[in-house]
Order: sequence, then structure tokens, then C-alpha cells
Amino acid sequence: MAFVTPRLEDIPATKSAKPIFQKGVSHLAPTLIVLVACLYVGVVILLPALAVVTQAFAKGIAPFLENFQSDDLMSALRLTLLAAAIAVPANCIFGLAAATAIARRQFRGKALLLSVIDLPFSISPVVVGLMLVLLYSPNHGLFAGLVNSLGWKIIFSTPGIVMATIIVTFPFMAREVIPLLEEEGWEQEEAARTLGASDWQVFWMVTLPSVRWAALYGLILTTARALGEFGAVSVVSGNIGGQTQTLPLFVEDAYKQYHTELAFGAATVLGGVAIVSLLLKILVERLLEQEKAATRIDQEG
Amino acid sequence: MPSWPWRITWVYLTLMLFLPLSGMLLKAFRVAPSQFWEIATSAEAVATYRISFGLSLVASLLNGVFGLVIAWALIRCRFPGQRLLDSLIDLPFALPTAVAGLALTAVYSEEGWLGRPIMDLFGLKVAFTSLGVAVAMVFISLPFVVRTVEPVLRSLEKEQEEASWCLGASQRQTFFRVILPQLAPAILSGVAQGYSRAVGEYGSVVMISSNVPFRDLITPTLIVQKLEEYDFQAATVIGAVMLLFSLVSLLVINRLQVWGQRYQGAEAA
Repeated sequence: MAFVTPRLEDIPATKSAKPIFQKGVSHLAPTLIVLVACLYVGVVILLPALAVVTQAFAKGIAPFLENFQSDDLMSALRLTLLAAAIAVPANCIFGLAAATAIARRQFRGKALLLSVIDLPFSISPVVVGLMLVLLYSPNHGLFAGLVNSLGWKIIFSTPGIVMATIIVTFPFMAREVIPLLEEEGWEQEEAARTLGASDWQVFWMVTLPSVRWAALYGLILTTARALGEFGAVSVVSGNIGGQTQTLPLFVEDAYKQYHTELAFGAATVLGGVAIVSLLLKILVERLLEQEKAATRIDQEG
Repeated sequence: MPSWPWRITWVYLTLMLFLPLSGMLLKAFRVAPSQFWEIATSAEAVATYRISFGLSLVASLLNGVFGLVIAWALIRCRFPGQRLLDSLIDLPFALPTAVAGLALTAVYSEEGWLGRPIMDLFGLKVAFTSLGVAVAMVFISLPFVVRTVEPVLRSLEKEQEEASWCLGASQRQTFFRVILPQLAPAILSGVAQGYSRAVGEYGSVVMISSNVPFRDLITPTLIVQKLEEYDFQAATVIGAVMLLFSLVSLLVINRLQVWGQRYQGAEAA
């Protein structure tokens, strides 16, 4: 597996660890390291994030809320939610199917297949959009004849946006679940099967519960990315305000048109989604931690 | 025995990945080789490669150094606000790129919180120049090194360092001779991932850049511009170049990880 994605972490091991720097060793170095780390993250990440919020609320809450009376913004929000509502469930099904199919089997080309699933992480989103255009564009696409004869409208329309969103986000779920399944082994499933469970029963009652936190986190990541995708969607959408514009596209368009307040208003909504996804990660990690502590007590007691 | 999950996986991958990929390759192969070469190496395209690939390298190397510092702070030090710092690292993963671009432009423009002092102190314009492009690339590639180094650093045994000190090595020698070599595969892998991500990045860069050819126009933006001009051939050719780069970088990253695992034992993947 190639690209790192945010992972749920096993916190207790790090939290209980004693500081490595002890008495007698200079305390200047750790302090300096922490300072540099905080400064760098502050300048590169924290300040820009704060700037969006301050700009959005620069004139107070009421003008911020007025932004949501803009028809274009609301239609962009609706389209974004629609695309995510299709892409996220589809990707969850794929992710779980791929994980159960791949994780516990050993076959030639397994590493290659895992790399292939990772491809959308390394391909530029713009190239993903370009691929869809070259396939489905009614004038230049490879499937132009098919698309035209069926009267479909894919490029510059919702189906294209949905497809772009799906491609960019499909690795997340599989990536979160596969490592966990590989670790856990087969025994519980085999036991369930011996006791007469069907494939579906094994999946719903054994496999899925055992990976539920990773799956939940995969779901969070998929959703966050689906709501925020810009590059791939911008190539296939045609960016028509009020029609094929998603919320991230709206942010850029509004900013370019000097509707600064609208841009920052919409950006705050999307930024809120990102913050919520980070908070959910922390929450899921806590739950995982509690669950592990509980099983430890069970085993010891 | 093709089971249902197996079938779903292949149908989905075919529709969503193999079909678009092969469509694009087919389109690229239909371009005559001489013409392909001409478009791929046109002055305009080469200028964007220089900016995309060059600035991404600067950004990812910078993050290689600071990512190590941040990972060290997160694993080896205890300080107030550590949890916040840890969460902030994930923000570039979670934040939509358009929002990141807007945020960076706001902070680094001439009226921004950091843009103005930088202008006053150094006379440098950040937003809407190639410097701004580099800042956006730093932003989006920051998490990679931190997140690849963290698990390796956590798994390092304290005994090695103690042994090194007992044998009379200084802290500096211990770091460069004992710790750093073990972290090297993870750092390189993180740098490569960040590099690959920065080269392909579009959303945040397009907002902070002025998108002027030969100055701060990146390759993905050139593809978009070609599409807007209905120059599908040029878009295909330049897109194919980027695709080739993605495939190669994926290969390199995988090799680096295999190397890292051999070094670390299977644990640190």
C-alpha cells in the first residue's frame, strides 16, 4: 500500500510512554523542537484556517447568515450533497466488498491490485476529470456515439460530477478496512460458518462488527473528501452557476467574481465539515480506546 | 470461486478506473509520436513542468525536514496543546482544496496577516506569485512525512540509543548514526508521497496563483486551460505525461516502502 491516509491510532501506547528526555540531558533541544514544530504548523496551517473564519464573520453573524439566501450558493450546496449522497454509499459498498475479497486471500498480484486501488491518490484530480471527458464527451469522447444515441448527458452534468467524486474517493474505505482484516485473521468467520451461518450472516454479524470503527472512519473520510472535491469535478462540471456548480467550485467562482463574503461564507461551511470530520476522528479513537480497555479488563478478570 | 465481493470489486474497478484509464491511453496513442513529442515538449508545457515539478520538490523537501521535527515533537515530547497540533496535521487531508486555497490567499495576500509583514520586511509578494504556489504545495503535502515517520519513530527501541550513549556517542552522533538511518526510508517515502501529491494538486494552487504562463502556471492548470480552449489533443498529451509521472511515483513509493519494511521488520508499514 502506498499513500498514507489519516489512520485511527492506538493511543494508550504513546500516552503512557514516559518522556524520553531525562534529567542530565539538555532540555533545550526538546523545547526548541516543540517551538519549531508549533511555529511551522501555525504559519502553514493554523493561521490560514483562522483567517477563513475571521473573514466569514468579519461583519458579524447576521451578514454571514444572509449569504445563505443566495440561490447559487444553495443550489451548489444541494448539488454537492446530492453527489456525496450517491458517491459515499456506492464507495462504501465497493470498499467493504474489496476489503473482504482481497484482505484475507493470498494470490499473485495482490500487491499490484492494492496499488491499483491506490491510484486515485496519486493521479492528479485534473487528470481524473480529463479521463472522464475523453470517455464521455459528446463531441470528442470515445463513447461519444453511445452517449449521443442514448441521449445521455454525462459531461457538464450531474452524472459526470458524481462519477468524478466516486473515482477520487473510492480508495478510502478499502484502505481503512483492509489492514484491520489482514490483522484479525479468519478464525471467527470460520467458527460462524461451522455453526451454519450464511455468507451474509457472517458478513453482517462477524466481519462488519469486527471492523466497524475502521469502516466508520473510512466513511467519515470518504464523506469529507466527497463534499470537498474540486479538481476532478471542476473539469467535468462546466461550472455553470446555479446548475452544475458544486460548493467548492462556488467558493472559487465567488472569490474570482469578487463576491468575497459569499466565498468565505461557503468556505466556512466546507471548513466546518472538515473540522467535524477531525472531531469525529478523535471521538472514534476515544471509543476504540475505551473498547480496548474494556476487553483488556474482561480478559484479565 | 468468484464470490460476490470479488465480482463487485472488479466491476467497480473496471467502470471507475480501468475504463477511464484505458480510454485516455487510447486517445494518447492516437496522437502521432512526433506530434506527441512536440506538444509534450513545447516551451509552454516545459515551463509548467519546471514550476510544478520544481516547486513541488522544494515544498516536499522542506516538509521532509519540518515533518521530522513535528513527528519528533509529537512522539518524543510532552507539551500543552499536543493533541491540537496532532489534529491540525490532518487538516490538509480534511480541508477541501478550494478552501485551503482561499485561506492561503487570504493570509498571504498583500493585505493578509502574513503577506503584509513579509512584504514590509523582505519586499516579497507571496500570493499570486510562484512563491504562493510553493506555499500551497507546502500546505497540502505537510501531513505525509509526519504520518509516515510517526509509527517508525514510535517503534524505535530506547535501548539502541542508550547503548549508543553508553558506548560514548554524543547526542548528535546518536541521532545521525543510530536514529536517522532507521527513519530514512520513512522520511523518503513521506517526501515522495508529498511530492506526488503536490505535483498533482490543483484546487489550492489555482486560487493562490496568478496563472500566468511561464511565471506561475502549473501543469494541471495548463490541462484545464487547454480543455477550455477545446484543444483536446494538447490536454490529452499533457495529461498523459502527468499520468506517467503518477504511475512512476507510485512505483517509487512502493519500492521505498518495501525497503522500509525490510529495515524495520513488517511492523512499521
